[in-house]
Amino acid sequence: MDFKLNEEQQMLQDTVARLVRGEYSFEKRLEFSESEAGFSVDFWKQLAELGLTAVPFSEELGGFGGTGVEVQMVMTELGRGLCLEPYLQSVVLGGGLISQAGNDAQKERWLPGVASGELQVAVGLQEPQSFYNLNQVDTRAEKTSDGYVLNGRKAVVIGGNTAGLLVVSARTAGDACDDKGISLFAIDPNAVGVERRVYPTMDGTKGCDITLNNVQVSADALLGAEGQAADVIEYQAGRAIAALCAEAVGVMETATELTLEYLKTRKQFGVPIGRFQVLQHRMVDMMSELEQARSMVILAANVADEPQSDDRRRTLAAAKNVIGRAGQFISEKAIQSHGGIGMTWEYNFAHYAKRLVMINHQLGDDDFHLEQYATLLQAS
Amino acid sequence: MNINYTAEELAFRDEVRAFLDEKLPTDIAEKVKGFRKLSKEDHLRWQKILTAQGWYATHWPEQYGGVEWSAVQKHIWDEESCRYGVPRTIPFGVNMVAPVIIKFGNEAQKQQYLPRILSGEDWWCQGYSEPGAGSDLASVKTRAVRDGDHYIVNGQKTWTTLGQHANMIFCLVRTNTEVKAQEGISFLLIDMNTPGITVRPIITLDGEHEVNEVFFEDVKVPVENLVGEEDKGWTYAKYLLTYERTGIAGIGISKAALSHLKALASRRLKNGRPLIEDPGFSQRIAQVEIDLMAAAISNLRIIAAVEGGGVPGAESSMLKVRGTEIRQAINDLARRALGPYAIPFVEEEFQLDYDGEYLSDEFAAPLSASYFNNRKLSIFGGSNEIQKNIVSKMILGL
Repeated sequence: MDFKLNEEQQMLQDTVARLVRGEYSFEKRLEFSESEAGFSVDFWKQLAELGLTAVPFSEELGGFGGTGVEVQMVMTELGRGLCLEPYLQSVVLGGGLISQAGNDAQKERWLPGVASGELQVAVGLQEPQSFYNLNQVDTRAEKTSDGYVLNGRKAVVIGGNTAGLLVVSARTAGDACDDKGISLFAIDPNAVGVERRVYPTMDGTKGCDITLNNVQVSADALLGAEGQAADVIEYQAGRAIAALCAEAVGVMETATELTLEYLKTRKQFGVPIGRFQVLQHRMVDMMSELEQARSMVILAANVADEPQSDDRRRTLAAAKNVIGRAGQFISEKAIQSHGGIGMTWEYNFAHYAKRLVMINHQLGDDDFHLEQYATLLQAS
Repeated sequence: MNINYTAEELAFRDEVRAFLDEKLPTDIAEKVKGFRKLSKEDHLRWQKILTAQGWYATHWPEQYGGVEWSAVQKHIWDEESCRYGVPRTIPFGVNMVAPVIIKFGNEAQKQQYLPRILSGEDWWCQGYSEPGAGSDLASVKTRAVRDGDHYIVNGQKTWTTLGQHANMIFCLVRTNTEVKAQEGISFLLIDMNTPGITVRPIITLDGEHEVNEVFFEDVKVPVENLVGEEDKGWTYAKYLLTYERTGIAGIGISKAALSHLKALASRRLKNGRPLIEDPGFSQRIAQVEIDLMAAAISNLRIIAAVEGGGVPGAESSMLKVRGTEIRQAINDLARRALGPYAIPFVEEEFQLDYDGEYLSDEFAAPLSASYFNNRKLSIFGGSNEIQKNIVSKMILGL
């Protein structure tokens, strides 16, 4: 048993950490956030130049063949800097779905671009009525003589505003919640009938809802076997959960460091407020939540690439549950410990607090994953 | 990074399992798994088996008859022994006073006490807390005044766990009142049969006699029973407490208790269906199982960090808080699973040899009492609030 990183993993972590420290000051982040893209196109290029967008892909497709642990290293450091770039959507989820479901021609067509950062992918799996259930797909794909025609709406697609390729789920058979009959399509965001309503997000980036209005795609837009995508989506969403949890730990680390620093410097009643036991104990509670979250991230990263099983499902649901609760706990308690200053847009901490709560709304919140876990509960 | 056991660690686990399969008495395991009382004889019978195997003293160097397991091996032992229903080791002799004697005691003390701890001849109890010294342990008032070759001890100790079985007690006594509280404390070993010692039971809220008050009235203790130097006892006391906190998170015990809870929830019914299938209750179980999963990894991370010697520092304080909260949450659910049958308090049903008709379920009888008994978890070994003070100071620098 050994929890230490190997030399390459340590180097990877240092590389990302250095880049983030150098390029992602709080002031710059506000600029990136307010830009049209909602993130820094320049920073994205730098991530790509350092090979970081290639981490999880196989070597023949221009990648490094990294595992869940390497993805964890990257995501945690991006989290520490509260980075806005769509690494999770494009590299982990978009590229991951193409890797899992695509045929050789499709992989060769898109993945080198994803790995090199030139092609940004956004993924539409949720719908207005689906809540967090990825098997609830109302979007329809009807077969035509030379392809499919898609109709429906995909909800809260982060990074969809700038993506060069959209991967969406659509139903080719069955009723709204059936796990059979779901298919994946890679579509051009500029195709006729694709409408994007773009909006800023609570945590500083940009997303969109995408309406598909008689969107015609050719047969080679279908990723994987028709109607068989539910398993692939579940599997890759599991990897994305592990990655997102790792990001959350990075966000929590900075949020708690800022709070601890504040307790040591802010004075009231003539002493640093960290002298007050009620604030000390609350700080310890936050650190304890962070430790629980760290443990689950390690576990999640280690099962992310395992073959699907109820054990893997349970571990990932448990991880997202712990991260969701820990994130909201730290966010709320840290705002409280800061007092008024924690409520202000000008102070970086508040943006960490927002990100932590919003992570709970991505890929299922703690209630959703508790329910998932409970249905998989093993009698003893 | 490899979070799985190595081949050697797995081989060790097999060895542990083979030993427990062969040597753990069934009646004792049944009592442990059913939250039932163990007698002094039960404990001693199991201790003899462990000592014969050479596995009783897991914190001692080999030269004194200990077994030098790695942190991971200790963890494997803990997990497996809890799963099998091994009685918890009564720690006061083997895991508390012995490490102090080994580190700070003189050769004569080692020769005299260590073999008797191994053999079970001496049963030790702990004389730390006093009515006026709980969390503020350094304020102990029990006085030891030097008189020739003896100390004369006067005062009172309390919360003395299983003191009714003990023939020896290690005590923090005040030998100097002129200096700072921490600097006037000494560490004395006292024979419980010395004239002037009275042990009085304290019955806890679950009706249990587990703890005692111990009174000292002009008790004559030979000076050779002083450990280390006079007035340096606080250092030894703190050293002992670090041992007290290892394993205090009780991950193995929680795993066993959770498994017991699930078995219970599979037998109890709600709306004609097993309680474990009830959406609300299954989510409560799921939540505590998830929290335990995370705490178990946190525990392993600390173990891996201390692998190669030493005992964990303030990190184990954080784990003590989390671990005891989880154990209490499991106890809470077990009690809830009984519904109205949590209410009856039929003590004779707690005994393993009870041969009458069970009011509800043989599983059920001790669970409410056990819930109340385990409120102690967040109080002893340094209350959870004290643990947070330690983390705040040692890790956070507040």
